[in-house]
Amino acid sequence: MALVFLYAPLDADQGFVQKIFYVHVPMAIVALVGLMAGGVFGVMHLRTRDARWDMRSYVTIHISIVLAVGVLVTGSIWARASWGHWWIWDEPMLVSFLIVFLLYATYWPLRFSIEDSERQARYASVFAIVAGAFVPLNFAAVRMAEQFVHPETLATTTGGMPPKMGLTFLVALLGMGLLFITLCKYEMASKHATFRLRSLRRRLSDDDDFAAVGRSAAPQL
Amino acid sequence: MLPALPLDEAGKYVAGAYLVFLALVLIYVAIMASKLSRIEREVVELAEIVERRDEAAAADRPREPVA
Repeated sequence: MALVFLYAPLDADQGFVQKIFYVHVPMAIVALVGLMAGGVFGVMHLRTRDARWDMRSYVTIHISIVLAVGVLVTGSIWARASWGHWWIWDEPMLVSFLIVFLLYATYWPLRFSIEDSERQARYASVFAIVAGAFVPLNFAAVRMAEQFVHPETLATTTGGMPPKMGLTFLVALLGMGLLFITLCKYEMASKHATFRLRSLRRRLSDDDDFAAVGRSAAPQL
Repeated sequence: MLPALPLDEAGKYVAGAYLVFLALVLIYVAIMASKLSRIEREVVELAEIVERRDEAAAADRPREPVA
């Protein structure tokens, strides 16, 4: 935050509004990388049939979608400040990100619709792989699109960012990445504890109703 | 693209964006904290079950005759 507001220079075109860039773009990059990582974990799950990979895939997709909500909202705020509109349907980057978000929004209903945990994990992994492969293709397609209204960030034909902006951006990206990893570990620990407790309950309790586990979108370990 | 907004007008958008990010993280952490407190309650519940079982097992054990 100190680097963003005290160290990084003001943008010549956008002025102070450009400060949104340091939260919006790292969040978008980390969210998209997280979605692709979910696909990689899905591959690992299908290869090994180890439920822990399904759990990793589920958690990374979950946190990525939380960040994606932030990307959409902060992007909308930035659009309002820069372009005068909350949303522009002609803008490929905005619409493609919304499509990715809506695609992944079907992940939980898909999981929840399958009762058998083995089949649920398998189908969810296939979904994570296909959708994860769609993410970089989608990004590449947007880059190749003719209309370049959306601000270019990492490299442009006129040169990259000034060094001070670049350093601030890298620190923000690193921070966002670390936050993502921390939240993933936090959620993974919580899920492991829940499943351990559930299995302990089943072992200890004589009452079947007490031990019964309802249908859940979350992976079963 | 519109010309750059003056600082007083741009400030509210920048603050809004950062507050959205902060709110997201805080809401997430609050949800996780409530889940953790539920886990803690369940641990206490299970500990009580184990304790009751131990007591019941101790009561069922035949007493050794006193010489």
